[in-house]
Amino acid sequence: MTYIAKPKFHHPGLKKNELGYTHRDYEGKISTLCAGCGHDSITASIIEACFELSIEPHRVAKISGIGCSSKTPDYFLGNSHGFNSVHGRMPSVLTGANLANRDLIYLGVSGDGDSASIGFGQFAHSIRRGVNMTYIVENNGVYGLTKGQFSATADRGSKSKKGVVNTDNAIDLVAIALQLGATFVARSFSGDKTQLVPLIAAAIQHKGASFIDVISPCIAFNNHAGSTKSFDYVREHNDAVNRLDVLVGREPIHVDYAPGTVQVVEQHDGSRIALRKLDADYDAHDRLGAMTFLQKHAAKGQIVTGLLYVDPEAEDLHAHLNTVDAPLNRLDEKALCPGSAALDKINASLR
Amino acid sequence: MSVQSPISSVNDFVVRFANVNGSGSASANELFARAILRHGVPVSPRNIFPSNIQGLPTWYEVRVTEAGHLGARGGVDMMVAMNPQTWDKDVASIEPGGYLFYDSTKPMPSSKFRADINVIGVPLTAITNSTYTDPRQRQLFKNIIYLGALSALLDMDPKLIEQLIGEQYKGKEKLLSSNVHALHLGRDWALQNLKCPIGLKVKKADKVGDRIFLEGNSAAALGAVYGGATVCAWYPITPSSSLAEAFTNHCRKLRHDPETGQAKYAIVQAEDELASIGIVIGASWNGARAFTATSGPGISLMTEFIGLSYFAEIPAVIMNVQRAGPSTGMPTRTQQCDIIACAYASHGDTKHVLLFPEDPAEAFEFAATAFDLAERLQTVIFVMLDLDIGMNHRLCRPLRWDDARQYDRGKVMTAEMLEEGRDFGRYLDVDGDGIPFRTYPGTHPTKGSFFTRGTSRDRYARYSEEGPVYADNMQRLVRKFETAQDLVPRPLQANAAKPTKYGVIYFGSTAPAMDEAIEMLEARGHQLDRLRIRAFPFHSSVASFIADHDFVYVVEQNRDAQLRQLIVNENGIDPVRLVPILHYDGTPITARFIANAIGDHQDHLKVTPLRKAVS
Repeated sequence: MTYIAKPKFHHPGLKKNELGYTHRDYEGKISTLCAGCGHDSITASIIEACFELSIEPHRVAKISGIGCSSKTPDYFLGNSHGFNSVHGRMPSVLTGANLANRDLIYLGVSGDGDSASIGFGQFAHSIRRGVNMTYIVENNGVYGLTKGQFSATADRGSKSKKGVVNTDNAIDLVAIALQLGATFVARSFSGDKTQLVPLIAAAIQHKGASFIDVISPCIAFNNHAGSTKSFDYVREHNDAVNRLDVLVGREPIHVDYAPGTVQVVEQHDGSRIALRKLDADYDAHDRLGAMTFLQKHAAKGQIVTGLLYVDPEAEDLHAHLNTVDAPLNRLDEKALCPGSAALDKINASLR
Repeated sequence: MSVQSPISSVNDFVVRFANVNGSGSASANELFARAILRHGVPVSPRNIFPSNIQGLPTWYEVRVTEAGHLGARGGVDMMVAMNPQTWDKDVASIEPGGYLFYDSTKPMPSSKFRADINVIGVPLTAITNSTYTDPRQRQLFKNIIYLGALSALLDMDPKLIEQLIGEQYKGKEKLLSSNVHALHLGRDWALQNLKCPIGLKVKKADKVGDRIFLEGNSAAALGAVYGGATVCAWYPITPSSSLAEAFTNHCRKLRHDPETGQAKYAIVQAEDELASIGIVIGASWNGARAFTATSGPGISLMTEFIGLSYFAEIPAVIMNVQRAGPSTGMPTRTQQCDIIACAYASHGDTKHVLLFPEDPAEAFEFAATAFDLAERLQTVIFVMLDLDIGMNHRLCRPLRWDDARQYDRGKVMTAEMLEEGRDFGRYLDVDGDGIPFRTYPGTHPTKGSFFTRGTSRDRYARYSEEGPVYADNMQRLVRKFETAQDLVPRPLQANAAKPTKYGVIYFGSTAPAMDEAIEMLEARGHQLDRLRIRAFPFHSSVASFIADHDFVYVVEQNRDAQLRQLIVNENGIDPVRLVPILHYDGTPITARFIANAIGDHQDHLKVTPLRKAVS
């Protein structure tokens, strides 16, 4: 029903956030993806997270590459500027946009073909530079728009809809992100909004390179028996190491869990997240431990989800470059042009 | 036995230094060129270097030219032969009656010389080794010692060289005095043991004026600073790397907040050219002035993004320092070979704005102007330098900046304009010039946002694959390109002293050689009107210039006559009217080459009266 324009009216009693916005103010156009697509659940989670954080919608820049996932920025935050760029090149476009104006929130939306195949290099380099962004990969293991070819995140041994068995090894973007120094790394599942929404919210609040790999089954081409990215498979093999609550404001936390199982993480900007441990052995501040944990569980066929690593003292690219506090796109001639007197001096030094 | 009399010339000769890459000769050779400038005599130096760090041959050529001919001349009057690897070739390249300067420490068989040249031996190694023990010092000071000997042979004022050394090592007293000492070691040996001066002499003149001496890459980088570039993303590639590095250096000096020390710029050395241009496009989309510097292979990689810049209408500036292609080609040799690649870069129907600076001064101006054009036209602008302009010091007019100049940020709809209720359609041609308004991300809570995409869309940026909607947009882009014609730098015309039916079109680094060639052709009796093209799309004066002449030569430094192709294609000119003059061996084009090629052609055109022919 994507041909029907989305109605603008809404229930007068709809819940409002701190800024007086309702959910509807964070929505975009009607999705043109297949009914039941995991990506639409991620879109809904992004809307929910932005609503909960009371973000002004127009202060978000949503940038994507090419593919099903990269179409989704049109379906949320309709009052934000969006940029559906070039296949695999979202990270560079986002990096440039971020350098131009450090005051906006940068949401990078990509897919597994976009980030693990054609754009693997850009994914890696944006992470290692520490661009302040929330980088979400909507990971379904296949190329949807071109009808079901394997992508580079498809597990070895998994079967395509046509019955072909994948013989190539899979790229685990989470493992790579950890190795490359991402300061916020998470994995989640589009079918688990209660886990995903706070992860997205915490990633947005994190001032550094945040990466979330969201397993998002492709209803059309990768949701069959033999697939390791189907709803059934992911539900059966999901091993969540923790649950997250994003704490808004300074009010004390009401803990309903056994003592010692909740850890409050205060980030650099003062925002706080409460981490409920599901696996007593898991430490989300231990990068090496996280990498080992992931490998061990992957070997057992388990999909580890949750907040896998966070560095509350993260720095971003602007800090590395020591750029001025004012956004670069707001600097005028006076700030940027050294003027004729300086040029005369330069001329004199060249004689 | 020499039948050739030694070349005798004051302030008009070519000295070529043959060195080994990495031997520290570059700074001594540059000192030589600067010293001549200090005599008030123009010079035009050129680096001829391999794609190598250490060991391969490298040459530095200094054309001493009181007349101010800054193009390469061709031929060598004096060879400073410091590289045994290239000895035979170097000796062979000396003009008859020319001079060979060499290290005579080890005796050389007479078969290694030529009878028609003048051989000047200085035992450089012997002098160096008797003075210095440290191997590195020996290598470096040997270069200064030959400079000292040359100063005596060419009758140069040693005070001027000392002054330059003083400026270079200001505050480093030890280095200063040891360099001056080495200079005099060589100079004194020459004065005591050789007939000084030789036939080639440097005589004080007053022909440099207030001109400055700098590399085009540094000038273009400075233009980017003055033009307000805040984001630079680049990937190292010869011969453009020094442009990005110069931008970094200029910014360090000129763009830090004096109070906080923070940077008013962001420079990223990206992982490849795809990321470089992606960063530029992302930054420009978000309202910053951004550029990248690259060369041919980088352009090839960037073409998908260049198409996006054209179609989604996002400003971008690409400084292309051209080198000989195709493929890896000759990475350290010059050409003007990316004209077609840049003019039509990308799949689909695209056309891009190209600027052709002739020298560092114009590289500075065009670099700054490129940002105004990019934001005014909301598209990619190419600044087409080449290795000859970019990586050689060139004497040029001083750089100028008008403090009243304001950046043209183009059509940007602000929050206030949106509040006033102005209709915002991202691709709406409100003024009939093909240029729509844009908004920066984050402008207004409820108005003015849009979705940027490389896919077809309507005037309000809504996705559409409707034929008429697509065609409407493509036609507007053509309209915009027509608007560009009157915004880009216009061609410059210079007419011959007498009316003539013949003209010549040229551009970029060919300019100084062309100017000199015109004089040579006039001496042969050929009059030519000149048009220097400075930008694409071509101004209407290009077509009228061609219409005004029977034949027009198009001089360029590539094999396929790329500018000529572009003129024929874009202006519907009969190709027969445009005679290609093509130089593409990777060396800079010379006046001799142009004058010979055009002169020969003109000679054929001359009508010989029948009576005279049979008599």
